[in-house]
Amino acid sequence: MGAPEEVHPDVALVERARGGDVHAFETLVKQYDRQVFRIAQHITQNREDAQDVVQDAFLKAYEKLDQFQGNSKFYTWLVRIAVNEALMRLRKRRTGKMVSIDEDVQTEEGSVPRDLAEWRPNPEQEYNQAELAEILRKTINGLPPGFRVVFVLRDVEGLSTEETATALGLSVPAVKSRLLRARLQLRERLSRYFRKKNEDGVQ
Amino acid sequence: MTCSEFLAELDDLIDNSVTPTLRTDLELHLRECEHCVITLNTTRKTIEIYREHELYELPTALRERLQAAILAKCKHGC
Repeated sequence: MGAPEEVHPDVALVERARGGDVHAFETLVKQYDRQVFRIAQHITQNREDAQDVVQDAFLKAYEKLDQFQGNSKFYTWLVRIAVNEALMRLRKRRTGKMVSIDEDVQTEEGSVPRDLAEWRPNPEQEYNQAELAEILRKTINGLPPGFRVVFVLRDVEGLSTEETATALGLSVPAVKSRLLRARLQLRERLSRYFRKKNEDGVQ
Repeated sequence: MTCSEFLAELDDLIDNSVTPTLRTDLELHLRECEHCVITLNTTRKTIEIYREHELYELPTALRERLQAAILAKCKHGC
Protein backbone atom coordinates (compact mmCIF):
# COMPACT_ATOMS: atom_id res chain seq x y z
CA MET A 1 0.00 0.00 0.00
CA GLY A 2 1.35 3.41 -0.91
CA ALA A 3 1.14 6.43 1.33
CA PRO A 4 -2.09 8.40 1.02
CA GLU A 5 -1.78 10.92 -1.78
CA GLU A 6 -0.91 14.38 -0.55
CA VAL A 7 -3.35 17.10 -1.44
CA HIS A 8 -1.63 19.95 -3.25
CA PRO A 9 -2.03 23.27 -1.39
CA ASP A 10 -3.47 24.81 -4.58
CA VAL A 11 -6.54 22.60 -4.27
CA ALA A 12 -7.70 24.42 -1.12
CA LEU A 13 -7.08 27.79 -2.78
CA VAL A 14 -9.10 26.75 -5.82
CA GLU A 15 -11.93 25.60 -3.53
CA ARG A 16 -11.99 28.95 -1.76
CA ALA A 17 -11.79 30.88 -5.03
CA ARG A 18 -14.71 28.89 -6.36
CA GLY A 19 -16.69 30.02 -3.35
CA GLY A 20 -16.03 33.63 -4.32
CA ASP A 21 -12.88 34.30 -2.28
CA VAL A 22 -10.93 36.60 -4.59
CA HIS A 23 -7.99 36.72 -2.16
CA ALA A 24 -7.50 32.99 -2.61
CA PHE A 25 -7.38 33.52 -6.36
CA GLU A 26 -4.99 36.42 -5.85
CA THR A 27 -2.60 34.01 -4.13
CA LEU A 28 -2.73 31.74 -7.18
CA VAL A 29 -2.12 34.68 -9.53
CA LYS A 30 0.91 35.81 -7.53
CA GLN A 31 2.21 32.28 -7.42
CA TYR A 32 2.14 31.66 -11.16
CA ASP A 33 2.04 34.96 -13.06
CA ARG A 34 5.78 35.03 -13.74
CA GLN A 35 5.78 31.51 -15.11
CA VAL A 36 2.76 32.20 -17.31
CA PHE A 37 4.45 35.34 -18.61
CA ARG A 38 7.66 33.45 -19.45
CA ILE A 39 5.80 30.68 -21.24
CA ALA A 40 3.67 33.17 -23.16
CA GLN A 41 6.71 35.21 -24.16
CA HIS A 42 8.50 32.08 -25.36
CA ILE A 43 5.54 31.15 -27.54
CA THR A 44 4.48 34.55 -28.86
CA GLN A 45 7.96 36.16 -28.90
CA ASN A 46 6.16 39.40 -28.29
CA ARG A 47 6.05 41.29 -25.02
CA GLU A 48 2.63 42.90 -25.43
CA ASP A 49 1.07 39.63 -26.45
CA ALA A 50 2.65 37.93 -23.45
CA GLN A 51 1.14 40.52 -21.11
CA ASP A 52 -2.27 40.00 -22.68
CA VAL A 53 -1.89 36.26 -22.34
CA VAL A 54 -1.21 36.61 -18.61
CA GLN A 55 -4.42 38.59 -18.14
CA ASP A 56 -6.57 36.46 -20.41
CA ALA A 57 -5.28 33.15 -19.08
CA PHE A 58 -5.98 34.04 -15.44
CA LEU A 59 -9.39 35.51 -16.25
CA LYS A 60 -10.33 32.46 -18.26
CA ALA A 61 -9.12 30.20 -15.46
CA TYR A 62 -11.22 32.17 -12.98
CA GLU A 63 -14.29 31.84 -15.18
CA LYS A 64 -13.72 28.13 -15.66
CA LEU A 65 -12.76 27.23 -12.08
CA ASP A 66 -15.83 25.01 -11.86
CA GLN A 67 -14.47 22.93 -14.72
CA PHE A 68 -11.18 22.27 -12.94
CA GLN A 69 -11.44 18.60 -12.08
CA GLY A 70 -8.51 18.26 -9.76
CA ASN A 71 -7.19 15.23 -11.64
CA SER A 72 -4.26 17.35 -12.77
CA LYS A 73 -2.45 20.07 -10.85
CA PHE A 74 -3.96 23.55 -11.00
CA TYR A 75 -0.70 24.84 -12.49
CA THR A 76 -0.76 22.27 -15.31
CA TRP A 77 -4.39 23.18 -16.03
CA LEU A 78 -3.50 26.88 -16.02
CA VAL A 79 -0.54 26.31 -18.35
CA ARG A 80 -2.81 24.55 -20.81
CA ILE A 81 -5.11 27.58 -20.87
CA ALA A 82 -2.12 29.92 -21.23
CA VAL A 83 -0.55 27.89 -24.06
CA ASN A 84 -3.83 27.98 -26.00
CA GLU A 85 -4.17 31.72 -25.46
CA ALA A 86 -0.57 32.27 -26.56
CA LEU A 87 -1.00 30.17 -29.71
CA MET A 88 -4.13 32.14 -30.55
CA ARG A 89 -2.19 35.42 -30.28
CA LEU A 90 0.60 34.01 -32.41
CA ARG A 91 -1.89 32.99 -35.09
CA LYS A 92 -3.40 36.45 -35.11
CA ARG A 93 -0.01 38.00 -35.72
CA ARG A 94 0.88 35.54 -38.41
CA THR A 95 -2.37 35.73 -40.30
CA GLY A 96 -2.54 33.21 -43.07
CA LYS A 97 0.15 31.10 -41.53
CA MET A 98 -0.96 28.07 -39.58
CA VAL A 99 0.54 27.92 -36.16
CA SER A 100 0.09 24.97 -33.95
CA ILE A 101 2.19 22.91 -31.67
CA ASP A 102 1.67 20.07 -34.11
CA GLU A 103 3.61 21.71 -36.88
CA ASP A 104 7.22 21.04 -37.79
CA VAL A 105 7.26 17.61 -36.32
CA GLN A 106 9.15 15.82 -39.04
CA THR A 107 12.07 14.40 -37.18
CA GLU A 108 14.90 12.12 -38.00
CA GLU A 109 14.65 9.83 -35.03
CA GLY A 110 17.98 8.78 -33.73
CA SER A 111 19.98 10.88 -36.14
CA VAL A 112 23.39 11.43 -34.66
CA PRO A 113 24.39 15.07 -34.08
CA ARG A 114 26.71 16.48 -36.70
CA ASP A 115 28.44 19.32 -34.93
CA LEU A 116 30.42 17.54 -32.29
CA ALA A 117 33.04 19.92 -31.05
CA GLU A 118 33.73 19.98 -27.37
CA TRP A 119 32.79 23.14 -25.50
CA ARG A 120 35.07 25.37 -23.53
CA PRO A 121 34.77 24.98 -19.76
CA ASN A 122 32.03 27.34 -18.47
CA PRO A 123 31.63 28.90 -21.91
CA GLU A 124 28.75 31.11 -20.77
CA GLN A 125 31.13 33.07 -18.56
CA GLU A 126 32.91 34.44 -21.61
CA TYR A 127 29.93 36.60 -22.43
CA ASN A 128 28.41 39.34 -20.35
CA GLN A 129 24.86 38.87 -19.09
CA ALA A 130 23.23 40.88 -21.88
CA GLU A 131 25.22 39.12 -24.63
CA LEU A 132 24.49 35.72 -23.19
CA ALA A 133 20.76 36.43 -22.82
CA GLU A 134 20.69 37.57 -26.45
CA ILE A 135 22.44 34.39 -27.59
CA LEU A 136 20.06 32.20 -25.58
CA ARG A 137 16.97 34.04 -26.82
CA LYS A 138 18.08 34.00 -30.44
CA THR A 139 18.92 30.32 -30.24
CA ILE A 140 15.68 29.16 -28.65
CA ASN A 141 13.59 31.40 -30.90
CA GLY A 142 15.07 29.58 -33.87
CA LEU A 143 13.35 26.35 -32.82
CA PRO A 144 9.96 25.43 -34.31
CA PRO A 145 7.19 26.46 -31.83
CA GLY A 146 6.23 22.84 -31.22
CA PHE A 147 9.74 22.01 -30.02
CA ARG A 148 10.29 25.29 -28.21
CA VAL A 149 7.23 24.99 -26.00
CA VAL A 150 8.06 21.41 -25.00
CA PHE A 151 11.62 22.40 -24.04
CA VAL A 152 10.39 25.41 -22.06
CA LEU A 153 7.75 23.50 -20.10
CA ARG A 154 9.89 20.47 -19.46
CA ASP A 155 13.40 21.86 -18.97
CA VAL A 156 12.92 25.50 -18.01
CA GLU A 157 9.69 25.38 -16.01
CA GLY A 158 10.33 21.89 -14.65
CA LEU A 159 7.06 20.15 -15.55
CA SER A 160 7.23 16.37 -15.77
CA THR A 161 6.83 14.63 -19.13
CA GLU A 162 3.26 13.65 -18.18
CA GLU A 163 2.38 17.18 -17.04
CA THR A 164 3.84 18.62 -20.25
CA ALA A 165 1.75 16.17 -22.27
CA THR A 166 -1.40 17.16 -20.35
CA ALA A 167 -0.67 20.88 -20.67
CA LEU A 168 -0.13 20.62 -24.42
CA GLY A 169 -2.73 18.00 -25.21
CA LEU A 170 -0.01 15.75 -26.65
CA SER A 171 0.81 12.11 -26.06
CA VAL A 172 3.76 11.22 -23.82
CA PRO A 173 5.74 9.72 -26.76
CA ALA A 174 5.16 12.93 -28.75
CA VAL A 175 6.52 15.02 -25.87
CA LYS A 176 9.53 12.73 -25.52
CA SER A 177 10.33 12.83 -29.20
CA ARG A 178 10.08 16.62 -29.35
CA LEU A 179 12.11 17.09 -26.21
CA LEU A 180 14.99 15.08 -27.64
CA ARG A 181 14.91 17.02 -30.91
CA ALA A 182 14.67 20.33 -29.07
CA ARG A 183 17.56 19.57 -26.75
CA LEU A 184 19.78 18.37 -29.59
CA GLN A 185 18.94 21.30 -31.84
CA LEU A 186 19.64 23.82 -29.09
CA ARG A 187 22.89 22.05 -28.28
CA GLU A 188 23.98 22.18 -31.88
CA ARG A 189 23.09 25.85 -32.26
CA LEU A 190 24.80 26.85 -29.02
CA SER A 191 27.94 25.03 -30.18
CA ARG A 192 28.59 27.90 -32.55
CA TYR A 193 29.20 30.13 -29.56
CA PHE A 194 30.56 27.76 -26.98
CA ARG A 195 32.78 25.32 -28.85
CA LYS A 196 36.50 25.09 -28.20
CA LYS A 197 38.48 27.25 -30.52
CA ASN A 198 41.17 25.81 -32.76
CA GLU A 199 44.73 26.59 -31.86
CA ASP A 200 44.88 29.48 -34.30
CA GLY A 201 41.76 30.92 -32.70
CA VAL A 202 39.49 30.25 -35.66
CA GLN A 203 36.16 28.73 -34.63
CA MET B 1 25.24 -0.42 -28.55
CA THR B 2 25.27 1.98 -31.50
CA CYS B 3 25.31 5.78 -31.25
CA SER B 4 21.70 5.87 -32.48
CA GLU B 5 20.65 3.47 -29.75
CA PHE B 6 22.51 5.58 -27.20
CA LEU B 7 20.82 8.71 -28.48
CA ALA B 8 17.38 7.14 -28.12
CA GLU B 9 18.07 6.85 -24.38
CA LEU B 10 19.82 10.20 -24.00
CA ASP B 11 16.85 12.05 -22.47
CA ASP B 12 16.12 9.31 -19.96
CA LEU B 13 19.80 9.20 -19.02
CA ILE B 14 19.87 12.98 -18.50
CA ASP B 15 16.62 12.83 -16.53
CA ASN B 16 17.92 9.96 -14.40
CA SER B 17 15.14 7.62 -15.36
CA VAL B 18 16.99 4.62 -16.73
CA THR B 19 17.11 1.19 -15.13
CA PRO B 20 20.44 0.16 -13.55
CA THR B 21 20.99 -2.44 -16.31
CA LEU B 22 20.45 0.09 -19.06
CA ARG B 23 22.66 2.59 -17.27
CA THR B 24 25.49 0.06 -17.26
CA ASP B 25 25.06 -0.49 -21.01
CA LEU B 26 25.02 3.25 -21.66
CA GLU B 27 28.12 3.80 -19.56
CA LEU B 28 29.84 1.00 -21.43
CA HIS B 29 29.09 2.75 -24.71
CA LEU B 30 30.37 6.05 -23.32
CA ARG B 31 33.71 4.46 -22.47
CA GLU B 32 34.25 3.70 -26.13
CA CYS B 33 32.60 6.64 -27.84
CA GLU B 34 33.94 10.14 -27.47
CA HIS B 35 31.20 11.56 -29.72
CA CYS B 36 28.47 10.41 -27.36
CA VAL B 37 30.40 11.72 -24.34
CA ILE B 38 30.48 15.15 -25.99
CA THR B 39 26.81 14.93 -26.93
CA LEU B 40 25.84 14.01 -23.37
CA ASN B 41 27.99 16.69 -21.71
CA THR B 42 27.03 19.53 -24.01
CA THR B 43 23.33 18.63 -23.96
CA ARG B 44 23.41 18.62 -20.16
CA LYS B 45 25.15 21.98 -20.25
CA THR B 46 22.55 23.35 -22.69
CA ILE B 47 19.73 22.50 -20.29
CA GLU B 48 21.64 23.87 -17.30
CA ILE B 49 22.33 27.20 -19.02
CA TYR B 50 18.69 27.67 -19.99
CA ARG B 51 17.54 26.74 -16.49
CA GLU B 52 19.87 29.19 -14.84
CA HIS B 53 19.18 32.23 -16.98
CA GLU B 54 15.90 34.03 -16.79
CA LEU B 55 15.30 35.28 -20.33
CA TYR B 56 11.96 37.00 -19.84
CA GLU B 57 11.58 38.72 -16.53
CA LEU B 58 8.36 40.36 -15.55
CA PRO B 59 9.32 43.75 -14.05
CA THR B 60 7.72 44.44 -10.65
CA ALA B 61 5.75 47.52 -11.75
CA LEU B 62 4.26 45.73 -14.75
CA ARG B 63 3.58 42.66 -12.66
CA GLU B 64 1.65 44.67 -10.10
CA ARG B 65 -0.34 46.39 -12.84
CA LEU B 66 -1.27 43.06 -14.40
CA GLN B 67 -2.27 41.59 -11.04
CA ALA B 68 -4.43 44.61 -10.23
CA ALA B 69 -6.14 44.43 -13.62
CA ILE B 70 -6.86 40.71 -13.27
CA LEU B 71 -8.23 40.99 -9.75
CA ALA B 72 -10.35 44.05 -10.51
CA LYS B 73 -12.08 42.09 -13.26
CA CYS B 74 -12.53 39.06 -11.01
CA LYS B 75 -14.14 41.18 -8.31
CA HIS B 76 -16.61 42.60 -10.78
CA GLY B 77 -17.45 39.24 -12.21
CA CYS B 78 -15.21 38.76 -15.20
